[in-house]
Formats: sequence, structure tokens, C-alpha cells
Amino acid sequence: MRALWAALAKDLLLQWRTRAQTFAIFLFGATALLLFSFAIGPNAAALRQHAAGFLWLALMLSSTLTLAESFQSEMEQRALEGLLLLPAPAPALYYGKAVANWLQLTLLGIGLLPMMVVLYDAGTLRVAGLIGVIAVGAAGLSAPGTLYAAMTSQARAKQTLLPLLLFPLVVPVLLAAVKATSLLILGDPMGQVRSWVALLLIFDLVHWTLGGLLFDRVVED
Amino acid sequence: MAVEAQGLCRRYGRRWALIDVGFHLAPGRVLMIAGRNGSGKSTLLRVLATAIRPDRGTACVHGLDVRRDRDDVRRLCSLLSHDSHHYEALTALDNLRIAARFLGRDTSRSAITAALADVDLAGRADDPVTSFSAGMRKRLSLARTLLKDAAVVMLDEPYAALDPPGFRLVDRLIERLRARGRTVLMATHLVEHGRALCDDALVLDAGRVAHLGPTADLPTDVGDLAVPAGEARA
Repeated sequence: MRALWAALAKDLLLQWRTRAQTFAIFLFGATALLLFSFAIGPNAAALRQHAAGFLWLALMLSSTLTLAESFQSEMEQRALEGLLLLPAPAPALYYGKAVANWLQLTLLGIGLLPMMVVLYDAGTLRVAGLIGVIAVGAAGLSAPGTLYAAMTSQARAKQTLLPLLLFPLVVPVLLAAVKATSLLILGDPMGQVRSWVALLLIFDLVHWTLGGLLFDRVVED
Repeated sequence: MAVEAQGLCRRYGRRWALIDVGFHLAPGRVLMIAGRNGSGKSTLLRVLATAIRPDRGTACVHGLDVRRDRDDVRRLCSLLSHDSHHYEALTALDNLRIAARFLGRDTSRSAITAALADVDLAGRADDPVTSFSAGMRKRLSLARTLLKDAAVVMLDEPYAALDPPGFRLVDRLIERLRARGRTVLMATHLVEHGRALCDDALVLDAGRVAHLGPTADLPTDVGDLAVPAGEARA
């Protein structure tokens, strides 16, 4: 448990000290949302209908930057190797990084919400529910994303490789999160949100468990 | 024995970096590992410190196998690597505090500053590592290596990038480790310097042991580290 807290404290400190990059990633996500709205045109009903999909696409595209960046500092001077040789347990390092990435993606998603409301006329009173879906969906991106970011961090074409590996895997997250978010914005007369959130939670459980088990094999020689 | 290796082999792709390397080192001894660039010095230290796995052969640290007992070996060893193992965006204090936290050591500012003072970096504790020169980075790496207080300390080119006071600092630190009974393995190109400082010498040539024994027996013509084949003992 001490190692997990140490890893989380380390990753949160790294994120804080490189917060300019975090802000740049937010701007990237906001720009993506803006450009997607241009693609739909001035049709208010169509904009509202597609708001959830574009929010999650923007978040997913931004996530590849967040995840790749989170391992950049680990690889620059082999800092991760230094921690492993202390020895810091690999699962603690994984969960510390994955939780820090999850927090960053959740905050990014929450930060993009007002933009979505303004650009897509997608206002809703179910803000707590929306934040909950973003948190559960972001967990589904950060768990496999952290593992794949570690795998691709030493590859030459890492910027291309990470989305190529990650995007097919997180299609269930994208589908469930878009559906749940859309139901919260447009209304949920059949009470389906819970089923989609349950699907997200199952995906999270599987990938957070697998990530902790596989990280050692990924980062060791 | 503090360190034992037998038939140790390691390759990168199709090139063998270590070929049938064997030696043993008693606790409290200081071993110089010399050899030309690419002779396998760093690879040997990295195998012994469990940063990389050997392809063949065995290596033990205080009787623990580097493959089988990886985490236990890591608790016993400390490696000063070519890579600084630092986070560039963080300060010197942050970097040492992260290591101290994982090691369960005192993370207070006074304790970390004391560790930095050991390497004459206390005045730069709050500066980011990005602003450090190569020599200062080396000093910070030394502080981190010593923070662990390991039984076996492996130093890969500890003098590289250091100024004359830095040289004397490394000498003092090695003497301090020796006085505490720690085992030290030091890879260096400074053969004459190492001859005066170390108890034993291991010379590698193209991944093979070219000379092994007390530094007193080290041939005088190893200035260019070209030990004649007839003098190889391995």
C-alpha cells in the first residue's frame, strides 16, 4: 500500500509540474469539439443528438496524448527502471500511473462538458450523472491505455502505435459511454443508463485487473 | 560470496555483449571493472543489478539468484547507471524524495537535504534537474545510489562528467562504503586511478574476461586496455 501511495504521489506531482502540457491537451480536446460542431452545421437538433458521440471522440483522441505523455518522463532517463530497481513493485507503479491518468482524463472530460453544452446545445440537469459516466468511461480508457502506453513507449512509431492498439480495444467503452451520455442529455424514458454504466463497470473491472497483472511483463527486460 | 557469476552470457540482437563471464567477489571488496568501449562493462553491471536478464549462465548476489530472486537481489543492490534515472521535470529534492518514499526512508526536507549535501548539491535542492549540468546530474545520481544504503553498490563510470572536486568526492564515497563493509563494483576507464582505489580488477575484452585478480597483479601495460591474450586468466 505504501508503494501504491508513493507511485500515485509521484505521478500526480509529475502531472502538476507539467501542467502546461495538460492545458495544451485540454485545448486540443476543445478544438476537436469545435471542429466536429462545424461538420454538423447549424442544425440544433442534429447537434444535440450527436453531442455525446463527439464529446467521447474528443476525449478519446485527447487520451492518446495524455497516456503517451505520461510515459515520456519515465523513459527519458530510464526513471521507471530506476524505480523498479529500488525495488518498487510493478503493480504499484501501474496503478499509480493508471489512477493519475484516470484523474486527468476525468477532469479533461468535465472541462469539456461546458463546451459541449454551448457548442451542441446539449444542456441537461443531470450533471452528477454525466460526471459519473465520464469518470467510469475515463477509467475504461486509462486502464488499458496505461498498459499500452507502457508497451509502446520505447517503440519508434509510438505516436501511431498507441492509438492503433488502443482504439479497437476500447470500442466497447466508446459505445457504452456514448450511449449513457446521450441518454442523460436527450432523456432516458426506458431507464437504460444503468445497463450501459454496468457494462462500463465490467469492462473497467476486467482491464484494471489485467493491467496490474501484466504490467510487470511489459516493463521488465 | 557477495557476488558470484558463472558462464554469464548476454546478447543484444545477434551481437554477444558478454561471453562466458565468471568471477567471484568477497563481501567488503572493491572491484574495478575495466575494458574498452563496448567490452561489456555496463552490461555486466546491469545483469548483476537485475536491470537485464542474462541469456545463459548464473549470477548470484549474497547467494540469491538474479533471475529467480530478482526482487531480493534488488533490495541488496544499488546501481549508478549511465542513465540518471531522474525525472527531468522535477527538482533534485523531488527526485530523492520519490526514491526515499519507495524505500521507506525519511522523506523530510532536512533528511533529503542532508543526502544532497553529501554530494555538494544542497544549494540546488529546489532547482529542476533540467537546469543541471552533466556533472551535477551525476552527483544527484550518486546521492540517490547512496540513499539506498545497499550491501552491494555498482557504479558505472562514476567519474564521468565530474570535475576534480567531483573525482575526490567519488573517492571519498567509495572509501566510506569500504569502511562500512559494503561491496563495490566500479566500471571505469581510469585504470590507474582504479588500481590505487580498488582491491581487485576484472578486465573485459569484447565481452570475455581478459584479466581477473588483485589490482596488484594487474599488468602495467593495460593503459589502452589491450591485455595480451597470454595474460588472460579466465
